[in-house]
Amino acid sequence: MENVGVCDEFVNLKATELRLGLPGTEDGGEEERQKVSCCKSNKRAFPETEKDIESTGKTETASPPKAQIVGWPPVRSYRKNNIQTKKNESEGQGMYVKVSMDGAPYLRKIDLTVYKQYPELMKSLENMFKFSVGEYCEREGYKGSEFVPTYEDKDGDWMLVGDVPWEMFVSSCKRLRIMKGSEAKGLGCGV
Amino acid sequence: IAGVLTWATLLKVSHGHCLLCFSCLVTLVFVSPLPQFIYIIPKPSSFRLRSLTSNHISNLSMDLRLPSKVLEHILSFVDSNEDRNSVSLVCKSWFETERRTRKRVFVRNCYAVTPEAVARRFPETRSLTLKGKPHFADYNLVPDGWGGYAWPWIEAMAAKCPSLEELRLKRMVVTDECLEKIAASFKDFKVLVLTSCEGFSTDGLAAIAVACRNLRELELRECIVEDIGGDWLSYFPETLTSLVSLDFSCLDSEVKLSDLERLLSRSPNLKSLKLNRAVSLDALGSLLRLAPQLVELGTGSFSDKLDQEAVAKLSQAFSELKELKSLSGLWDVLPEYIPLLYSVCPGLTSLNLSYATVQMSDLVELITGCSNLQKLWVMDLIEDKGLEVVASSCKELRELRVFPSGAEGLNDTNVAMTEQGLVSVSEGCPNLESVLYFCVQFTNAAMVTIARNRPNLTCFRLCVMEPFAPDHKTQQPLDEGFKAIVERCKDLQRLSVSGLLTDKAFEYIGTHGKKLRMLSIAFAGDSDLMLHHLLSGCESLNKLEIRDCPFGDTALLENAAKLETMRSLWMSSCCVSFGACKLLSPKMPKLNVEVIDEHPLETRPDSSPVERIYIYRTLAGPRLDMPEFVWTIQKNPEIGVSHLAIK
Repeated sequence: MENVGVCDEFVNLKATELRLGLPGTEDGGEEERQKVSCCKSNKRAFPETEKDIESTGKTETASPPKAQIVGWPPVRSYRKNNIQTKKNESEGQGMYVKVSMDGAPYLRKIDLTVYKQYPELMKSLENMFKFSVGEYCEREGYKGSEFVPTYEDKDGDWMLVGDVPWEMFVSSCKRLRIMKGSEAKGLGCGV
Repeated sequence: IAGVLTWATLLKVSHGHCLLCFSCLVTLVFVSPLPQFIYIIPKPSSFRLRSLTSNHISNLSMDLRLPSKVLEHILSFVDSNEDRNSVSLVCKSWFETERRTRKRVFVRNCYAVTPEAVARRFPETRSLTLKGKPHFADYNLVPDGWGGYAWPWIEAMAAKCPSLEELRLKRMVVTDECLEKIAASFKDFKVLVLTSCEGFSTDGLAAIAVACRNLRELELRECIVEDIGGDWLSYFPETLTSLVSLDFSCLDSEVKLSDLERLLSRSPNLKSLKLNRAVSLDALGSLLRLAPQLVELGTGSFSDKLDQEAVAKLSQAFSELKELKSLSGLWDVLPEYIPLLYSVCPGLTSLNLSYATVQMSDLVELITGCSNLQKLWVMDLIEDKGLEVVASSCKELRELRVFPSGAEGLNDTNVAMTEQGLVSVSEGCPNLESVLYFCVQFTNAAMVTIARNRPNLTCFRLCVMEPFAPDHKTQQPLDEGFKAIVERCKDLQRLSVSGLLTDKAFEYIGTHGKKLRMLSIAFAGDSDLMLHHLLSGCESLNKLEIRDCPFGDTALLENAAKLETMRSLWMSSCCVSFGACKLLSPKMPKLNVEVIDEHPLETRPDSSPVERIYIYRTLAGPRLDMPEFVWTIQKNPEIGVSHLAIK
């Protein structure tokens, strides 16, 4: 009778097998586990990238976006299509840009046309993400905080929020990112 | 025996008396014509007729020839198909009487039985309900062309059951020809409800509208309709006054307002009206004035700019809706128009805000007014804080669904929906029994609290949108949380799990989920043990759907017998090999084992994994409408030997 479950050449690869637990976690059922040799991990949408994600669940916004998985999250196509259309419509009405903050597991969207100047915008961001931004000065950027607000402009460059006149900022800003820590320092000085 | 009959219906018939009891103790009591004996059959262990078998009757040594007219009369009181199925097992004549009197037929898998067999067995049926594609088809996991065609059913019913009045189809392919055939074949057709169906156009709707003189319900729920536009609505004849429910919310194009107004004017019985997005806010006012008796309303777009007078008129129209219990639609609703709804809130039992992109602050007052709400569907824009308002205002809440506003996935989420919101609702709403919750993070502690608060949960569908997400406070798998849910919620029938889960979670589910009928799993588990726990532990398991889990052949083959007790099993992107599928098929002749593979290897070696496998029990044998990419052993038994040898 055909032995479907075991395939000798895979037994030695146990050490390199993909596990779906976090690094370091114990697996209680280890001794009873039967390795299914035919399992090809490349069929799944999550190869090694999952293991790289830190335990805080943080998404690096500067790194490439996650692969789109078919049918995930499980939302009916009908609903997806209807929300899509809405988004496109609402985009026309305001100047909606996405805001992400390093370390926060979610994004926000804000309408830039709601604000009249930088201080209003900064206050709103501070409230939204519960942080404070430090003092801005032209030559040295933001001082006094490890958080630095940056934005991506039309040309794809990352700029410090506040460097250009407000109107120019509103018209060229594609999205905002509140950087944290060492990455931020580079931007603060050089612009 | 005295004191046993707590409630009875006395039916006088020509030969004697029949007592039909649905009390707690006695199942059936009847009196034979001559001599006058009373037979009381004690109910074995349950309330239901299903426990009545021919053994019980012959044990009492009575004359079994209960006149069929008498049995027919008794059966006219028996609605439940479960009871009717039991009645049909008693003996041949009871089978015959039952089948000729059954009025409503439910076929929950259209491939479990042939249309001809159903039509032949139940010629007097008035209502047919069918389900086609597996549930995961909703999420694009079933390729187009897989099946679920309504045509063979409509053809069979047209030939044998001309008295058919009601047709309810879910996840099926319905063409314009189907609709035309319905219109032409069933003279007294009354109800057409299509849910998540596709394949037809507005021309087909026109065919229904023009021909069905006594149409009561026409509902298109989330269907994909080819909208050729046109005036399908104008095809309803002027003589049609019987309309009770009309739902065209999924159509794109505009309907002529005058046609709609005329239809409403001549439909005094209209209780439910769900408009599509193209119906403007302005138009809504005049429509509501024509139908103040509405119980269910789905608005169109809620975002045109209206002048003050129009707003006042609309507000007045809403306040006239004294019977309104259910409100939906509200597409694109602008915050300034939400106060228009305040007057109907206290009467609402059902509110669907899941297409209303309103922020939490705009929703608070609306929700506070809905003190009688039982069902709430909303987007995650409500945030945890908004759900706290729900918890304190909607004490009658039974069902909560929170949908993601960023439908594309994690990168798209605008809002941090966490476990807090659901915990608040579980604390504040004592009748909460059904939950669908999309969020970005969850904890075991929260699930333990929810389970403790709400042991009455019957449906718990949690979708933490990041696959493999652990408890965000402890970084542990969510095993303990789901354990609490299945342990405490003894009546849980439907469960969807997500987040980081090991085999242990499924051991808990197998041990405690005894009433679980439907289970959905994605990106979970470590090994075959997971499937083994479920198939060997969950006694009531009826539907199991799994995607992207790392188990395969062993558990499947070991628990093959279980599959015959279930309606269906779906597995996609798991580690099931082609060889296992070939082994499974001949083992279980009452199952259809379908391998759905759009990109199979040329030679299909036994060790190659299959993309998807759909196994379902059937009396109909292999189906005849399988597309290229579906393999069953009956269709291509030679595959795997040599590709060149085939064709």
